Amino acid sequence: MNFIFLSSSFAPFQPTPGLALWSLIIFLLFWALMSKFAFRPIADALDKRNGDIQSALDEAKKAKEEMANMKAENERILGDAREERTKILSEAKDMKNQIVSEAKEQAKLEANKIATNAKIEIENQKKAAITEVKNSAGIMALEIAEKVIKKELKGKSEHEDFVNKLVNDFNMN
Amino acid sequence: MKQFLIFFSLLLSITMTAQQHDHDHDHDHSGHDHSSHAHEGDHSADHETHEANHFASDCGSPAKVIHREGYDPAATAIHHISDANVLTIMDMIRIPLPAIIYNKDRGLELFSTGKFAAGHHDNGHYGYKDYVLYEGNIHRITCSDFKASDKFEVQGFDTGHATNAEGKDIEKRYAIINGKGYNIEQKTIWDGGLLGGGVTSFYDLSPTKNVVTMFIVALLIFLVFRSVAKSYSNRDGQAPSGLQSLLEPMVVFIKDEVAIPFLKHKHKKYLPLLLTIFFFILGLNLWGQVPFLGSVNVSGSLTVTMVMALIVFVITNINGNSHYWGHIFNFPGVPWFVKMILTPVEILGLFIKPLTLMLRLAGNISAGHIAILSFVGLIFIFGKAGESFAGSMIGTGLAIPLTLFMMAIELIVAFIQAYVFTILTASYIGAAIEDHDDHH
Repeated sequence: MNFIFLSSSFAPFQPTPGLALWSLIIFLLFWALMSKFAFRPIADALDKRNGDIQSALDEAKKAKEEMANMKAENERILGDAREERTKILSEAKDMKNQIVSEAKEQAKLEANKIATNAKIEIENQKKAAITEVKNSAGIMALEIAEKVIKKELKGKSEHEDFVNKLVNDFNMN
Repeated sequence: MKQFLIFFSLLLSITMTAQQHDHDHDHDHSGHDHSSHAHEGDHSADHETHEANHFASDCGSPAKVIHREGYDPAATAIHHISDANVLTIMDMIRIPLPAIIYNKDRGLELFSTGKFAAGHHDNGHYGYKDYVLYEGNIHRITCSDFKASDKFEVQGFDTGHATNAEGKDIEKRYAIINGKGYNIEQKTIWDGGLLGGGVTSFYDLSPTKNVVTMFIVALLIFLVFRSVAKSYSNRDGQAPSGLQSLLEPMVVFIKDEVAIPFLKHKHKKYLPLLLTIFFFILGLNLWGQVPFLGSVNVSGSLTVTMVMALIVFVITNINGNSHYWGHIFNFPGVPWFVKMILTPVEILGLFIKPLTLMLRLAGNISAGHIAILSFVGLIFIFGKAGESFAGSMIGTGLAIPLTLFMMAIELIVAFIQAYVFTILTASYIGAAIEDHDDHH
């Protein structure tokens, strides 16, 4: 047996018309049927699924982005709110301070006014009192003088006692 | 894994018992042999002649059935991987197939090969009209003085060598009927006489065992993929399951690793062709490895791979664009004297591409079958064709691990060769349809 593949009896490598014809028919039929009923539907289904998966991924990505955006937005709003709060607080503080200081001013003014009024009143009262004292003293002096005049006194001590008594009487009044 | 190994060795031993059964009888049966030295010695048949064109004169010369001794592993291997007109499973079950013969004298003839009552080595016990079954193939008795009848007994076959008119050594085959040798002619083989064939007096258009196997495999693949395709529409929007999840990775692999890289945006058009080629070859490769299905060597048959290569050749060239043809006939940017060499090379390449496709697949698969058959043949070599029991036990001990190893390799080869054929198809088509501005 020499080189087996080129030997005349190596039947598998002998092209026979019958097998060629049948192979051609079977292969072409197989190709046509497989393409129509199997491979095209499968390829389409795979493409569709690829598309579905891609769009699902894209949607997830989009949703994630949206979430991120929303979060950022929330963060921003929260930040704004915080800022607002701080602002409001500081404003309130300022206002409070202002009010307080205004009130203080006012109170001071009022107090000053009251004090001034009180002073004036006191002054007035004082004046009135002085005037009254003066008047009373005058009246008293007059009455004393009148009583002194009306009564004849003996001695100096008797005068003094009498005046004292009168003065005391006035005091009682 | 262990269970699998036990099961596998059991399978193998059953197969080999069947084979042993076959070859035990080889020496006491019809007595054909391929090797010419078998004809040496004192055989009565005087057909061992080297004179030119002795075909006609041999007709009706006395011959008797010779009991051959010995075992020829090469001939056995070739017989087992060749196409046949009967489907033999384990040398026990012989399924007759329809025969469709186009005869140059009588026109189209249709009958069943059951008429031959094929026996050991697929040789027919009977003849029909002037047809006999030799080595599983229909042969025709060419002797003009032979009286054709609907049923005649064939005692055996023999071979001899002769030199034809061109001085080439040719094999002569005889059918021995009533003690007389009659020349038989094989069916027409389109090899231009290069591989021992040539155009003869009849064409065998029968659905042979290769055709039947091809049909069964194609049908099975179709049914499987049909159900898978249906589950894609039935289970829309769901994860794949069952067969679908088994085959989907392969489909996706061919699509993503073969179709898209080579065919770019045009991959959709050619994807069904690539998938058809891949699964057709893969199915045939795997089917050929199953021991109980006749181990039919379809994808290792040059005729089948030739048809597929031819289809690829046609598809490639009818879709080839001006850019592709321009690169073949008038390679751009190359001086004229280089073109003188380059253009013939490119034109040759046009035909070499499908030729390599055809040879690579057939060669690889046939080689795998031959390797396995050779390892199994160790049993008969060590066992002296059934004479020595101890020897055949040694042979079996050697054959089991070697065959197991070879079958494991063949399993990989089945996938690799299907993949290689597919990827080369994609690259040939891709080169033919590539857009001009794609890579410039």
